[in-house]
Amino acid sequence: MENKNDDKLLEIKNLRLHFSTRGGTVQAVDSVNFELKRNHATVVIGESGCGKSSLAKAVLRLLPRNIKTYDGQVILAGEDIMALDDETFRRTIRWKRISMVPQAAMNALNPVMRIGEQVAEPAMVHLSLTKKEALQQAVRMFEQVGVPTDFVYRYAFELSGGMRQRAALAMSLVTLPDLVILDEPTSALDVLTQASIMNLMKRVKNQLETSFILITHDIATSSELADSVAVMYAGQIVEVSDAFQFFSAPLHPYSRKLMASVPRLRMDVEPEFITGQPPSLINPPTGCRFAARCPARFSKCDEEPPMLQIGDRQVKCWLHA
Amino acid sequence: MSEMQEKSKEVLLSIQDLHVWYELKRFGFGHAGFVRAVDGVSFDLMQGEAMACVGESGCGKSSLMKTIMGLNRPTKGDIVFDGTKLTETQGEALRLYRSKIGYVQQDPFGALPPFMSIQRILEEPLIVNGIKDKAERLDRIRRTLTEVKLTPVEEVLPKYPHMLSGGQQQRVVIARAMILEPQLLVADEPVSMLDASVRVEILKLLRGLQETHNLAVIYITHDLSTVRYFSEYIFVMYAGEVVEIAEMETLLNNPQHPYTQALLTASSDPDANNALVMRDIPPGEPPSLVNPPEGCRFNPRCPEMIPGKCDVKRPPSFETEKHHKVLCWLYEGEKIVDATG
Repeated sequence: MENKNDDKLLEIKNLRLHFSTRGGTVQAVDSVNFELKRNHATVVIGESGCGKSSLAKAVLRLLPRNIKTYDGQVILAGEDIMALDDETFRRTIRWKRISMVPQAAMNALNPVMRIGEQVAEPAMVHLSLTKKEALQQAVRMFEQVGVPTDFVYRYAFELSGGMRQRAALAMSLVTLPDLVILDEPTSALDVLTQASIMNLMKRVKNQLETSFILITHDIATSSELADSVAVMYAGQIVEVSDAFQFFSAPLHPYSRKLMASVPRLRMDVEPEFITGQPPSLINPPTGCRFAARCPARFSKCDEEPPMLQIGDRQVKCWLHA
Repeated sequence: MSEMQEKSKEVLLSIQDLHVWYELKRFGFGHAGFVRAVDGVSFDLMQGEAMACVGESGCGKSSLMKTIMGLNRPTKGDIVFDGTKLTETQGEALRLYRSKIGYVQQDPFGALPPFMSIQRILEEPLIVNGIKDKAERLDRIRRTLTEVKLTPVEEVLPKYPHMLSGGQQQRVVIARAMILEPQLLVADEPVSMLDASVRVEILKLLRGLQETHNLAVIYITHDLSTVRYFSEYIFVMYAGEVVEIAEMETLLNNPQHPYTQALLTASSDPDANNALVMRDIPPGEPPSLVNPPEGCRFNPRCPEMIPGKCDVKRPPSFETEKHHKVLCWLYEGEKIVDATG
């Protein structure tokens, strides 16, 4: 923890990703700003449909065809990668600098290819290693993530869920990227496997000095890795905070409600639910998007709140103005 | 809980040394062994009582539930539900048996047929169970929908599953399970597919239904943190066996089986300090149910394994305190309550 490098690795400025659909424009990611330090982990938490996965795809430029708007800045170690053309982006950024473990990656492994070859492939393609070197690199990654090295020769169906998830993680690490984006990496796993994968990511983070963006709806698990927390609601980030401050006292009313909805194992508090539903992203309300469900709503909330800086935390709520 | 126990209760469901084995065939006919999905499970469930079943995938909990619902046949042992022995039930009697047990599936979207309206989905069990009067059927559907708080009812009835949110779909699934007024509700991870904010709402709904209808509930989950708000009793399954069974508070505060202890260690509450510590997780993975380890099935992963004992002889069930039974040699010397093995 002492040798923490304080320089910025990633800076996202005014990132927007809107899709056009028959029903209208879906504002999946709307003016998102946040920063990530080197060797840090930020967790993005929010309900399903709030745009968490779209945010990951927008950073990695893994876009569907029905794009309406896609702009803003994504600055990776001083370079605006949004300005790169698609081919340069593919050659120099994706996998090489930023890799991703997509949702349900463990079920997306190729069934007719040996695990080792699959894990080695990004290293062959993006680092121009020979097959032999890439396989050696894959074996090193297997050791790192706790997969027995003889599994290199096995097929996906021969592995348990936990082992397949580890293999997917090894694949994302094999090119030694600066940043790994994990989309719900443990949601389909059992409690013990989940805990050991989280253990593993803590170790990887310290040993390989990788940064992580962890996207999840599971708040308890997210606290296992978080250095900082970004809360997303209806396509916008409503709070960015250091993990210690966030988990002890969240600022935004939505964050508070979200924390109160988590059932506690070791504390005798009744969890509460959040009444109502998130707004549609096609025509989101003009003011604060959480206003309709907010217990602390007042007249000002009809205007959109700015992102307010409070100490080293940020919150998008008029209560703190 | 004490006043609940004062009411005299009857045993609704009694599981007696239940074994569910699936035969493995070689080339389609040769015998190649058994998958011992459920191996010697016994417990009683009282009327109106909620019991939670905790275990990892592949531990046999789904096989156990399917057998309770009469979808599987026990290989050995028996299930007595409301005075009826499952092994002696067939045909029309079996249909009647099944109609007394409601089932709430894990994935609400997958559990609802996409081409049926909500009205049709809820009408189906009533038609199958011989309620011929259409007005009566509609009346029961309306009552049940109001009870699961899917209102306004008239707007919901003509809708199709995809038009509802995840939480609303799960309410339809619960309504379908409740519509025949069962005595037992089996809820298989009813909230694991839902968002945190909706989860609590559904759990509270289930709890409310249980109390108003004096319903027995078996709640299957892998998430220990939701159990606490739900059940009086809890049992932990590992590799086809019930390794620990106790009152809920007792189990959470004083877990005795090393596996239960590991499960509790692995479950976290939101706390930034979690990121600074490594969790103490037993190595390895649950064993194959075709060739389970000799002796205690947890012994290859257990931090407190006693060589020469745990890997040789299957532990009996020790009663360490009232209503608290553990399948573990660490408690040798306590009263043995069942010595199957």
